Amino acid sequence: MERSEPMDPTGAGGGTREVVIGIEIHVQLLTASKMFCGCPTEFGAPPNTLVCPVCLGLPGSLPVLNRRAVELGLRTAVALGCRVHSRSRFHRKNYYYPDLAKNYQISQYQYAGHPPLATGGVLEIQVGGRPWRVAIRRVHLEEDTARLVHPAGTGGAASSLVDYNRSGVPLMEIVTEPDLRSPGEAREFLNALRRLLQFAEVSSCRMEEGTLRCDANLSLQPPGGPPGVRTEVKNMNSVRAVERALAFEAVRQHEVLARGEVVVQETRHWDERRGVTFASRSKEEAEDYRYFPEPDLVPLDVDGAWVAAIREALPELPAARRDRLIATFGLAAYDADLITATPAMAKFFEETVTLGPHPKVVANWLSGAVAAYLNEHGVEIDQIALTPARLSALLLLVDEGTVSGRTAKDVLVEMIAHDQEPEAVVEARGLQQISDEATLRVVVDKVIADHPGPAAEIRAGKVRALPFLVGQVMRATGGRANPEAANRLLKERLS
Amino acid sequence: MAPSVWESARALRAAYAAGTLLPSQVIAAALDRIALRDPKLHAFLHLDSERARQEAVEWDGLYAQARRNAAGDTLPPLAGIPVAVKDNLCTRGVPTTCGSRILDGWLPPYDATVIARLRRAGAVIIGKTNLDEFAMGSSTENSAFGPTRNPWDLSRVPGGSSGGSAAAVAAGYVPLALGSDTGGSIRQPAGFCGVVGLKPTYGRVSRYGLVAFASSLDQIGPFARDVADCALLLNVIAGADPRDSTSADVPVPDFLGATDQPRHGIRLGVPSEAFGSGVDAGVAEAVRAALDTFDNLGFRVEEIALPTLDAALPTYYLIAPAEASSNLARYDGVRHGMRDGSDDLFEMVTRTRQRGFGAEVKRRIMLGTYALSAGYYEAFYIKAQKVRTLVARDFDRAFAQVDIVVMPTSPTLPFAIGERVDDPLQMYFSDIFTIPVNLAGLPGLSLPCGFSAGLPVGMQLVGRAFDETTLLQAGGAYQQATSWHLRHAPEA
Repeated sequence: MERSEPMDPTGAGGGTREVVIGIEIHVQLLTASKMFCGCPTEFGAPPNTLVCPVCLGLPGSLPVLNRRAVELGLRTAVALGCRVHSRSRFHRKNYYYPDLAKNYQISQYQYAGHPPLATGGVLEIQVGGRPWRVAIRRVHLEEDTARLVHPAGTGGAASSLVDYNRSGVPLMEIVTEPDLRSPGEAREFLNALRRLLQFAEVSSCRMEEGTLRCDANLSLQPPGGPPGVRTEVKNMNSVRAVERALAFEAVRQHEVLARGEVVVQETRHWDERRGVTFASRSKEEAEDYRYFPEPDLVPLDVDGAWVAAIREALPELPAARRDRLIATFGLAAYDADLITATPAMAKFFEETVTLGPHPKVVANWLSGAVAAYLNEHGVEIDQIALTPARLSALLLLVDEGTVSGRTAKDVLVEMIAHDQEPEAVVEARGLQQISDEATLRVVVDKVIADHPGPAAEIRAGKVRALPFLVGQVMRATGGRANPEAANRLLKERLS
Repeated sequence: MAPSVWESARALRAAYAAGTLLPSQVIAAALDRIALRDPKLHAFLHLDSERARQEAVEWDGLYAQARRNAAGDTLPPLAGIPVAVKDNLCTRGVPTTCGSRILDGWLPPYDATVIARLRRAGAVIIGKTNLDEFAMGSSTENSAFGPTRNPWDLSRVPGGSSGGSAAAVAAGYVPLALGSDTGGSIRQPAGFCGVVGLKPTYGRVSRYGLVAFASSLDQIGPFARDVADCALLLNVIAGADPRDSTSADVPVPDFLGATDQPRHGIRLGVPSEAFGSGVDAGVAEAVRAALDTFDNLGFRVEEIALPTLDAALPTYYLIAPAEASSNLARYDGVRHGMRDGSDDLFEMVTRTRQRGFGAEVKRRIMLGTYALSAGYYEAFYIKAQKVRTLVARDFDRAFAQVDIVVMPTSPTLPFAIGERVDDPLQMYFSDIFTIPVNLAGLPGLSLPCGFSAGLPVGMQLVGRAFDETTLLQAGGAYQQATSWHLRHAPEA
């Protein structure tokens, strides 16, 4: 398969080692309750208010598997084309840390005879405009840990606090094969996976809220040679950070090798502020997790009928959605891509279209003015005070000639900023388009009087100056003049 | 009618209903007896006297009301009956120590499922009984709060780990008690104390709220002075629980009703391995005599083979400690119980566990950690799981031939306090006939079958999974024909 040029960390090119990247992501599943108890999974509740004997690991408590979490895991497995294992088991990963209520984490460990929920899928991404298939090694379920809080000012030794609200929140781990060849590919993969999981309604995948976390491992492989020693990079809080951290790590490893040293297999943390990775845990401290099957849970059995039901009920995935929008509404590929960037945007588009506006007009607005607003403010469409009804109403005002297209863009911003209907904004700000000829004629006459030069040229038949005068009419009316009417009246007066 | 401390729960219940006895009288008598005798016996770690007295008075009123109503007796099956529970069962707001310093001062914020079911059935829980720390032991000497003594001979152990519950029933404190059994911890003390003890099939009773020792082996079960009372209590606690995924969704039969329905043609199998070397002559003699009794009663007695019996003990001492090493990791001083503080987190955890756990618990945590470690896992843990399967298959083969396997409950008589504390292997040996039953997940009933040198001998009946009924029927028939269970420990 053809693909983009591998990244060349030296910039020298030729005979260089190839960057090999594998990704491991954890996403929080969109369940109402935790993995092994009935506590809610809300974000941002006061510390230690969403807890019970089970997620606090109190003596005597027992876990009970959340069926919904399994369903979302299966949905992911189906969406990624994985093989679902008819029987999987949960294991205990034993280590001491205060963010672990039981000092073990219930997870799905993979070893002979003990497969995780699903293995062997694929996710297709675009690399240099061509499709590239990234193999998925496995998908498994586990529980989240509590959150450690180190109060500011307490220094090193004093005390830390533990918030167990997050303890036991359902997580899904997805691990790729080392199929990515550049930090840019890693970025593309993460964006594609996030989009897939959002459309499948599996996870909100908000890195800034921690509902999607990504670890990446990177090694440099000599051409035709054996795999290089890999390092694992953690603590990236955005897709951009993942790309930057991997780029840094590729260069760092190359420099290590160039000095004739060896790359140490280790875990490194990304420092966003300094833009570097640093070693966080030395090899000597490598832990033995003493995995063994969780005796408090029975094996997880998934039959073909269950998988079939999941497949049947699978929400429309991004690629299918994109193709359908193109086919149904005649959208351009660029617009369709942008509209299917998030499920919220796609939903917004389709809801707006059902209210009457022309699909292409809606697509233009979403990929133009609305996208510009979202980018500028760093928000998603479902986080602002714009509804399909309001956008549709605004487009109707343009259509009816109540406001000009240009003014409408200002109205849009005002609507969002003040959570108002478009009519209210137009009314309050006096932004109605001026089509009344008597009113416009006064303005037109004044513009002609003020610009005798251009007016004379037009009278002499040089219509090139006409747009200039139209612009002056628009300017004089604060953009409210109906441009067509202004055009016509100017011609009338100067003919 | 003056309350007799030796009445069965069924007799008490009938007397309450008839109005010849008040729950408050019975509870008061039990508490008086405990106050008098328990300083020596030490069956209880904690008494919930005030609440028990209060609940008893409430039941007095409810029984009186029931008698005035024409509707008759609609009160629950254990209304006003005193019950003791092992101190590894979580009781909301009541200390639950597991016999360990590390849980000193911990008040569970919730009731175990069996506790909730007891309360719903009207039981008056009078206190928490002593046990080997975290149920690890066979003599109750591993309690951090001092040993319990055997009511038949105060110089001897009551067995363990549920020694407190067994002694409480044997000493005439209460007619019923709950224990837990991971490798014999109900049956062995029942045998040592001359009472009836049942380890139900794994999954028959919810483990929710039982502080875990070894999750794949632990099971809660009843103590009583006769088989029918044992069945009564089993009916109250048995049944699937949505909070325990390993509890089984199988119907719960009327165990009590079944005990006095004679059933003919029950086949008993006797493994020759269970009467070999190391079995006390007095124990072997009593169990053989019991087999003769069964024979006379029309049961068919035949010889069977359990060739893996020998392998069960070492297998158990890999699996149980492995699970325990993980189950007990949560006692780190961070969230509950004791904390030996330090500026350094890992020093705090280390010190808390060093001071909080006793020697036997530490021994098993080390054994289990070792068995699960990289490089040893295959040779120990995985191999033990394979042998466990073989043990279960041995029983399967036996049950193709017979309905019940009969063995001594323990190869030995109750031993002297202090006799085996420094010899863990001798201590472990006391459970060789009970451990295989946990490995196979089967029900086992221990009942008194005689005396040797003035000390009780227990006989163990092992049944098919979820067939406690056959055990209770056989035990009931045996107790119809014998009177061992009617003997009382001496009034010290």
